[in-house]
Amino acid sequence: MSSESISNVPPSVKGVDRDKDMSSHPINVESKGVNFWYGDNQVLFDVSLQVPERSVTAFIGPSGCGKSTFLRCLNRMNDLIEGTRITGELQIEGQDINAKDVDVVLLRKHVGMVFQKSTPFPKSIFDNVAYGPRIAGQRNRAYLADLVESCLRQAALWDEVKDRLQDSAMALSGGQQQRLCIARTLATKPKIILMDEPASALDPASTSRIEDLIGELCNEYTIIIVTHNMQQASRVSHQTAFFFEGKLIELARTTQIFTNPKQKQTEDYITGRFG
Amino acid sequence: MRRRLLLSSSFRLICRVAVYSAILVLVTLLSVVLWLAMERLTLQFFQRGFSLIPDRAGIKAGIWGSFWLISLTAIFSLPVGIGAAVYLEEYASDTRLTRLIKVNLSNLAGVPSIVYGMLGLTVFVRMFGMFGRGIQLNLLSGWLVVPLPFGKSVIAGALTMSLLILPVVIITTQEALRAVPGTIRTASLALGATRWQTIWSQILPASLPGITTGAILAISRAIGETAPLIMVGAVTYCRICPGGIESVQTLLTDPQRVLAAPFDKYTAMPISIYGWITSGPPFMSVAAAGIVVLLFVLTCFNGIAVYIRQRARNKLKW
Repeated sequence: MSSESISNVPPSVKGVDRDKDMSSHPINVESKGVNFWYGDNQVLFDVSLQVPERSVTAFIGPSGCGKSTFLRCLNRMNDLIEGTRITGELQIEGQDINAKDVDVVLLRKHVGMVFQKSTPFPKSIFDNVAYGPRIAGQRNRAYLADLVESCLRQAALWDEVKDRLQDSAMALSGGQQQRLCIARTLATKPKIILMDEPASALDPASTSRIEDLIGELCNEYTIIIVTHNMQQASRVSHQTAFFFEGKLIELARTTQIFTNPKQKQTEDYITGRFG
Repeated sequence: MRRRLLLSSSFRLICRVAVYSAILVLVTLLSVVLWLAMERLTLQFFQRGFSLIPDRAGIKAGIWGSFWLISLTAIFSLPVGIGAAVYLEEYASDTRLTRLIKVNLSNLAGVPSIVYGMLGLTVFVRMFGMFGRGIQLNLLSGWLVVPLPFGKSVIAGALTMSLLILPVVIITTQEALRAVPGTIRTASLALGATRWQTIWSQILPASLPGITTGAILAISRAIGETAPLIMVGAVTYCRICPGGIESVQTLLTDPQRVLAAPFDKYTAMPISIYGWITSGPPFMSVAAAGIVVLLFVLTCFNGIAVYIRQRARNKLKW
């Protein structure tokens, strides 16, 4: 199949300059030959990749290809599942995160995560955002109030909730809940934000708000997003990684992946031949 | 076709008869008890203790005995039960041992209460005969005198009751913890919370209504239990209240009596009722009055449990 037949790449969201030269950005996340097992079942094979600081990287691939598993390796959420094993090296800002002396609690503050299903705590909107700093020992009320406001503003939720910060977060709509979860993640002041299909349960309008939000956040944070929606991957990311059967098939600039992929499997997936 | 319809409607009729006959029996029982109790249910009934004369018999000692028994049971069993459930659900890894424990908890909950009574008699009342005739420990410079073995005291009864309701407390707490969505746990941990912070500030508050409901129902079971108490020596004819405390005022102002109460002799509401019933016809109405009081207390406990559950259901929707 010739490269012309590959679909047109949709325009990117505001804030994501897909042609931006990232070579000057330091490498924030580096994976070298990572293998991963659930029990005896190996799900990641020799994954090596690099993610520059303040960029958006999209992971695409069919269900069960290991992209979410790899994402969860980055803040060691897989530790919570019994019988998992990892080999290879995963570095965040030059530090091996699987080393013995790594404080997982600190790591997770540094590497925030937004889940597919919005998971507000059954508390007020304010308490949801203030949860991270509070468990880290922050008690200063004025500081917390400022922080909550700035995080909600960053997550483009402030104007909708500023008059009802003490209301239960469970009363928000699905899209608002997901933006609240992003605000909650921002409150721990992470460097890296992992997003595991953050918009897959949302309606188109809410999805587009989340995408715009990624465009605004990527100037400050390194974002890695797992998505099933290839249009979304092409709109919000600088570089795209294609996973298939536990292997990283191809990682390249998003424009290149979607117009001129090097690997046949990538091309087949993007043109909708499988997956 | 007609036969099938006939079968259907007659089955419905049978089910309806089953319901109404059960209700009828219950209503009859309750009305007879209430009818008998009418003449006794006066203020004096709550102000008097044991007496050989029906007119002077009251349930005061029973109420105070049950109060001490249940308070101590709650103090012993709730922390241990909730702690055990939190460990089993949140910390313990899924090994053969933990699975064995989990399965056997339900078995323990089904063990007849008289068995717990025998256990309590050996372990708490007699303490395997370790202390011979018995010794007394003076603690807190003489304020607290602990007899060993405990003998037929409130504390021995309360410890036995605690063992009895522990499996129930653990199982209901486990269910309440399991009802908290796993996403809450992962979200909290992903924000850099430790396990303890996640449990304390997310999981326990979210499961508190369930835990409270289970605890209240377990406690109300303990209020009504009679068999193990007979084994561990609650006294049927007991004139005194534990520690000699006969009013809320004494309870709040006399710490020495409060400390002495757990080691005192006692009776409890179901035991008093049992005593009256076995005392012959003249005491029938006294027993009925006691039953009404006991039923009232139990209904209150169950009502509180239902209220908490309803409120939680309206408030929390995942």
